[in-house]
Amino acid sequence: MFEARIYVTLKEGILDPQGKAVKGGLANMGYQGVADVRVGKFLVLTLDSPDRRQAEQLVREMCDRLLANPVIEDYTFEVQEASS
Amino acid sequence: MRFGVVVFPASNCDMDTYHVVDQVLGHPVSYIWHREQNLDGFDCVILPGGFAYGDYLRAGAIARFAPIMESLPAFAGRGGLVLGICNGFQVLLEAGLLPGAMRRNDSLQFRCRDVLLRVENVRTPFTNRYRTGEVIRMPIAHGEGNYYADPETLAELEREGRIVFRYCSAAGEILPAANPNGALGNIAGICNRRGNVLGLMPHPERCSESILGNTDGLGIWQSILHWWGAAREQEAVRNV
Repeated sequence: MFEARIYVTLKEGILDPQGKAVKGGLANMGYQGVADVRVGKFLVLTLDSPDRRQAEQLVREMCDRLLANPVIEDYTFEVQEASS
Repeated sequence: MRFGVVVFPASNCDMDTYHVVDQVLGHPVSYIWHREQNLDGFDCVILPGGFAYGDYLRAGAIARFAPIMESLPAFAGRGGLVLGICNGFQVLLEAGLLPGAMRRNDSLQFRCRDVLLRVENVRTPFTNRYRTGEVIRMPIAHGEGNYYADPETLAELEREGRIVFRYCSAAGEILPAANPNGALGNIAGICNRRGNVLGLMPHPERCSESILGNTDGLGIWQSILHWWGAAREQEAVRNV
C-alpha cells in the first residue's frame, strides 16, 4: 500500500479571494507580518499499487484528469509506503 | 423541437427549466438522468443549475465524468444545441466544451440577486431575438461565477465574438461596479466557436413568465425556437 499526499493550489497570479480574506482575518487579530496567504486543497489517497513508480504515475494521471483544474490550479504530491 | 434537461444528483433548477419548455414554450421535453448515454432524438440539451454532485472538489468537476457527458461532445459535434445554465455552465467548462474556469466570487459571498446584462452577440442560436447591445435583467444565484481564462483565450473569445453576455450598468456600460463576482471582462456568458454551445451564469428560466415579474429571459427560448425553425426550413429547401 502507498499513501499519496496531494497539494492543489491556485496558479501564481490567479486571484485567491479566500486567501485574501484569511490574510485580512489574521491582520485583524494583530498578525501584521503576513505578506500573503494562499488557500489550497490537501488530499490523501491510499493506493493499492504494486510499486511506487506505478503509484506516482496513477496520481499524476488522476491530478491531470480530475483532482486539479489545469486552467487555474497547480499540484504537487509525495508518495510514501503506507504502514498498513 | 425536442428538449432534454439533464438531471445530475443535486441539480435543482431542472424542474424550473422543464416547466418553461413544457408550459411556456409548449414544446416536448424530457428529463435525462445523468446515467443515460443516448441523446438521439433531442435537438437541444440543457444542463440546468444546481450543485451537481454537491460541487465537491470544484463546481462541475465530478459531474463532467457522468455517463451523459460522454455523449455530449458528439451531440454538439452533430450541431445539437447545448445550453448550460449556472452550474451547467460550470460543468461545460470542466468538460472542456467551453474554455476557461470558474473561481470563487471575489466577494466570497454567494450572490443571489438580479443583474443587468448587455447582449454582445445576437448571431447565435440562443440570442437572435435580442438586439445587439440590448440591456436585459436576469437573476443570478451562485458562489463561483468568477470567470477566468488566460489572456490568449480571452483575446480569442473577444476576437471571435464569443463573449455573448456581459454584466453592465443600466446604461449598458461595462463597469467594475456592475460585476457581481469578479469575472474577467465582466463575462456572464460565452459560446463555442460554432455557436451551438452556450454557457451563462444568469438564470433565464427564472425570468420567462410575467407572473414572475420579468420576462427578459424569454428571448433565449424564443431565439432557440426561431433558429431551429429557420434551420428546418433550410433543410426542407435543400431536400426539394
